[in-house]
Amino acid sequence: MKRLGLLVLLGGAAAAAPAWVWNPYHLHTLIMAGIFAVLALSLNLLLGYTGQLSLGHAAFFGIGAYATGLLTVKLEWSPWLGLGASIAVPGATGWAIGRLALKLRGAYFVLLTISFAGVASLVSVNWMDLTNGPLGLPGVPAIEIALPGLPALSLRAKGAYYYLVLAAVTLCYLVCAALIRSRIGRALIALRENETLAESVGINGTHYLVLAATLSAAMAGLGGGLYAHYTRFVSPEVFLFSYTVTMVIMVVAGGKGTLAGPIVGAVIFTVLPEALRAIASWQWQMLLYGMLLIAVLFFLPRGIVPALQERVK
Amino acid sequence: MDQLYQHLLNGLLLGATYSLLGIGLTLVFGLMHVVNFAHGEFYTLGAYALFAALAGASVDFFLAIPLAVVLGAAAGALCERVLLRPLRGESIDTVMLVMIGVWIAMQNAELLGWGGVAKSVPTPFSTRPVVLGSVSVSPLRLFVFGVSGFLILGAHLLLARTKLGRAMRATFQDRETAALMGVSIERVHTITFAFGAGLAAAAGALLGPVFLLYPSMGDLASLKAFSVVILGGLGNFVGAALGGLVLGVAEELGAGYISSGYRDAVGFLIIVAVLLLRPSGLFARAERVG
Amino acid sequence: MTVALEVSGLSVRFGGVAALSDVSFAVRAGTVTSLIGPNGAGKTTAFNAITGFQRPTAGRVRHEGVAITGWRPHRIAERGLVRTFQKTSVFPGLTVMDNVLTGLHLTGGVGLGSALFRRGRVGDEERRLGELARRGLEFVGLAGRSGERASALAYGDQRLLELAVALAAGPRLLLLDEPASGMTTSEKETVAGLISRIRARGLTVFLVEHDMRLVMGMSDRVLVLNEGRLIADGSAEDVQRHPDVIQAYLGARARAEA
Repeated sequence: MKRLGLLVLLGGAAAAAPAWVWNPYHLHTLIMAGIFAVLALSLNLLLGYTGQLSLGHAAFFGIGAYATGLLTVKLEWSPWLGLGASIAVPGATGWAIGRLALKLRGAYFVLLTISFAGVASLVSVNWMDLTNGPLGLPGVPAIEIALPGLPALSLRAKGAYYYLVLAAVTLCYLVCAALIRSRIGRALIALRENETLAESVGINGTHYLVLAATLSAAMAGLGGGLYAHYTRFVSPEVFLFSYTVTMVIMVVAGGKGTLAGPIVGAVIFTVLPEALRAIASWQWQMLLYGMLLIAVLFFLPRGIVPALQERVK
Repeated sequence: MDQLYQHLLNGLLLGATYSLLGIGLTLVFGLMHVVNFAHGEFYTLGAYALFAALAGASVDFFLAIPLAVVLGAAAGALCERVLLRPLRGESIDTVMLVMIGVWIAMQNAELLGWGGVAKSVPTPFSTRPVVLGSVSVSPLRLFVFGVSGFLILGAHLLLARTKLGRAMRATFQDRETAALMGVSIERVHTITFAFGAGLAAAAGALLGPVFLLYPSMGDLASLKAFSVVILGGLGNFVGAALGGLVLGVAEELGAGYISSGYRDAVGFLIIVAVLLLRPSGLFARAERVG
Repeated sequence: MTVALEVSGLSVRFGGVAALSDVSFAVRAGTVTSLIGPNGAGKTTAFNAITGFQRPTAGRVRHEGVAITGWRPHRIAERGLVRTFQKTSVFPGLTVMDNVLTGLHLTGGVGLGSALFRRGRVGDEERRLGELARRGLEFVGLAGRSGERASALAYGDQRLLELAVALAAGPRLLLLDEPASGMTTSEKETVAGLISRIRARGLTVFLVEHDMRLVMGMSDRVLVLNEGRLIADGSAEDVQRHPDVIQAYLGARARAEA
């Protein structure tokens, strides 16, 4: 009962945020936290439930951003269709990689994902005709809600965009929860715990890993689309390895294999840098992150949320 | 045709250092089963150590290189002792994540220490290329090739002919028997990791003067090292040596005939191609039955 | 009498070594058949080749008339052929109940669409599966331990859990790889009893075992492997008196003592 009360309180605070967060910069931080929460949830689907680590997840984030960026800027598509593409295109890519990488596990899978991200990054920088190279794509349109009969509601303002992101986080959380608390979730976890045994009772490892990879990539792509329409600018910077690193830390420190862990991790590791911004440069922060990752693996191997859950018991 | 020979030559010269990188990693990844994503950081450490010795302490160039190697090996030994030994029984994934943490920490420490501006290393070699028939090569690259070859040979001899080498091979083939025969497993692990780190540092100290130094230079070095290891086969010394040469040549040919911007993509593409096309598939966490 | 499993000319080579050479036999439906032989005879290799964990170099495997040679393990399981493993194999981080629920995977039908949009159906299925899991745990005697973590169970209980998980997959043919190894006498009797009850339910059981008393006591038929070849195939009494079999075991013992 206490837990439910806590959740309601947090949920209410989150829903009313634009009202009580006066500083627009803080609201910006919350929006970024939301986008990262989507990314962390996506990585958690793979890392936390199937046990496979993707160190190229920034690639799906980047592809999602570019998908919507290119379609809305060059072909003048509606931003909503662009968002759809930012889910579909990375999703299809994730599916393709999952199917091609059928038998790869562990470190080999990691290397494949890194290489894929590396190639994507190089393409975005070098294929000037398509992506404008390092100059990037400015002028990505803001998202508008245009219902027939009503005036168009632009989501350009931070407050409005916050709600879009909050909706996205909630949606992704619900999708993950629905998946995990079903036969599919059990199959994924079984593959992580003992793949041979899972196969022997009829669980098709390839099918479920491809499913997880596709959903995970699609979700990361959504994060990219949200990012593109928020910053309204897409450049090869979206493929930076530091995005992937941040996602990994959020999931591992927050608690992989839990549903709340990635969200908690996302909030902590978006708010913390902002809080530290005044005192330390981002290099110091990244240095700290590296050491923090090691410390978490040594002392809180299962992450913050599971550790708290143990305490509560 | 001459262009082809030039590319091939450049590729071989560069490839020898890739072999060094790859051999160091194949020992650590192939034998110790540590997914060392920080391998490139020891490469960077070697390069910056060289720079520091030359620019800061005015050490002689030919002395600075071995110094850099020793520093790299020492850093590796420290890392193994402090981080890897306590985690010995843990899953390969946990160790992999820890090494990712080391990667991030080391790279940003370099960034903080040296700044993001690229540095160049002065060398005692003339910049006038030596002309051999239709191809030309800079004396520095010849030197780098020579030292790489020497180190590769030395590493081979160490592993194949010395007592230490035998101990290493024994430990990784059959740990229990090796322990019963009096081999100190703990020391062998530390030495092997230090050996790998030292070779990476050597590659860094050698390639540093050829290119420029910048804190994130290790990222590509790591990837290329993994590329070489995958090409040559895990734990396969000769495979890594040859793989390095193949990568070097492939890069030069790619940069020469396709586009120099995509040069680094060659390493990635090799990884992707080999991993996807290997027929029987690769299981890093082998849970093969029977 | 129908044939549940038919193996013809099965061979498995690893490099230069022949782990199995030209092995042929048939397992009749509804029986308990045992596969015995000295260590290294190739028994587990045979299991692996039959159940898709090892690709045979030559030969054919037919399950209820359908060729399954080289099929992937999960497809073979879908057909009703399930195996256990020589080394204790459970889902260590999951509870006993979750272990069996996972084993019930094939009984469930919820896919991506249902998981996302038809929560009612998911709830119904979970209830149904939960009931089946409880019955499965009762069968092996672990009903009271359903909330415990699998890795915390004692060795004997883990092996019982393994059996429950395998049975949950709904096999018609059950392959047990040394189900009684490492067990106490009373635990072995429990296992023997379970195997009898499994056979009484109409399942076919094919097992690898070292405990001769157990084998001779419950097998309708015994197959003997030695150095990759089938050297005897008959009733328990026939096999016990077979000169080649005696030679194989004596020879193996002599080699071990050398």
